[in-house]
Amino acid sequence: MPDTPSSPIVSIRDVRKSFGATEVLKGVSFDVAKGEVICIIGPSGSGKSTVLRCINGLLPIDSGSIRVANFDVHTLRSDRDMIALRKEVSIVFQQYNLYPHKTALANVMMAPIHVLKEDPKEVEERAIKLLTKVRLREKAMSYPGELSGGQQQRVAIARALAMRPEIILFDEVTAALDPETVKEVLVTIRELAEEGMTCILVTHEMGFAREVADHMYFTDGGVIVEHGPPDEFFDHPKQERTRAFLSQIL
Amino acid sequence: MKAWNTDLPVLLSPAKALAQRTQREREYALPQLRLKLVHGLLLVLAFLVAAGYAQAQSAPQHPSVLDTLFKWTPLLLKGFGFNILISVVAMGVGTVLGAIVGIGHVSRLRWVRVCAEWYTHFFRNAPWLVLLFYCMFLLPFKFTLFGVVVPLPDWAKATLGLTLPVIANMSEIVRGAIHSIPTGQWESAASFAFSRRQTLWMIILPQCVKRMLPPWMNLYSILTVGTVLVSVVGVSEVMTLVGDVLGSEQRSELLMPFYFYILIWFFLYCYPIARWTVHLERKYAVNL
Repeated sequence: MPDTPSSPIVSIRDVRKSFGATEVLKGVSFDVAKGEVICIIGPSGSGKSTVLRCINGLLPIDSGSIRVANFDVHTLRSDRDMIALRKEVSIVFQQYNLYPHKTALANVMMAPIHVLKEDPKEVEERAIKLLTKVRLREKAMSYPGELSGGQQQRVAIARALAMRPEIILFDEVTAALDPETVKEVLVTIRELAEEGMTCILVTHEMGFAREVADHMYFTDGGVIVEHGPPDEFFDHPKQERTRAFLSQIL
Repeated sequence: MKAWNTDLPVLLSPAKALAQRTQREREYALPQLRLKLVHGLLLVLAFLVAAGYAQAQSAPQHPSVLDTLFKWTPLLLKGFGFNILISVVAMGVGTVLGAIVGIGHVSRLRWVRVCAEWYTHFFRNAPWLVLLFYCMFLLPFKFTLFGVVVPLPDWAKATLGLTLPVIANMSEIVRGAIHSIPTGQWESAASFAFSRRQTLWMIILPQCVKRMLPPWMNLYSILTVGTVLVSVVGVSEVMTLVGDVLGSEQRSELLMPFYFYILIWFFLYCYPIARWTVHLERKYAVNL
């Protein structure tokens, strides 16, 4: 959609990250323009999820720089800065991680009320709109345990949206779902993408990635092996490793 | 590729089932008091046999064994009430302080964590009786606080002695429950920029309450049974009173019926708690 991105909203430069002796990210760099949808694919253990967690500051990085909107993520320390950053960037997890002791509605409302200190009335209105948007208006008073995986994941998306972020990170959000419910979640994500939300997806849904992504990235062994527009990426991969991976998956 | 997940015990390998049981016992922090109805029936049977045997041994001029038991029942009930009172006070104080120590286990301050861990390790592993003796003989019978003389009766010291291990066990229950919450909950809380305190109070601890209830009730049962320990330091609870009664009756054959009688009371008090614990455990195991 956006043809000529001005300055990137996410800019990652030569990021390195180790867990103990294992170097998970060995110098990763990429840019994401506002409104762009990028998909990161790659074998498990290639550092895809780690990149996402570094982008919203859940994991500190060892070296390199991460700039998101107006924040230099790698330099943020104080809680106030983190709150400011996480207003910009929300994340949706593979395991949903909804709060099981709260209703769907309360799950969506919690962070805006308690972290952003917004007016509860206003937040509730917004939360109901968001639940309507993910087609779960009638489930507002249900607890996560009463919802299917796909429904829980859509609540998680609504919860992420309630922070009114500029960017949403999706960490293999359909990997834990039944095949039947994958679709309802993908539909929701596609709508967001069409509305111009900046999305960074880690996914195994190749068909979906091809359809929704503006740019594809393939990571393996902690580096970006190849990237490009989806059609080119899927039809004419240049690297041997990419071809091997795609032939395994497709 | 995904790990094989199931909640059905029959589908678990024995090793995994064992691991689960170990995990549960860790969460309980103490062995589980698995009272069944049959235990009560056995107790009643033992009581009847003992009473019958005592009756046969009794000299004809003495009142019957059952009459003697009933004669002393009001007094013994008063003593039993004292046991319950001690258990309630020790549990109440122990729960509050234990929760604080338990939360201390996940503090970000190293010294708080170390202190909490030391407390829990020491008082969970120290014999209850030894702690009791320490409290009885090392604490003064009164102390002066801001010019006011506060008496410290024996029963209060004994209750304090029982509270110490309760705090330790309670803290272990809290710690276990906090650690049993999936890390995803912490992570998702962090991703929404909840502060550490908010995460703990609004997200983690509310989920812990359900998990803590069964082990907490189990701890209470064990404490209640343990209150008879205070008899050795001369507090007039039910065991002390039974000793006094037996002393004044001067009939050695009454010993067995009396003690079984008291045992039945403890069973009657603890059995419903044990049943309810099992019930809650099942209920929460399905829907967490």
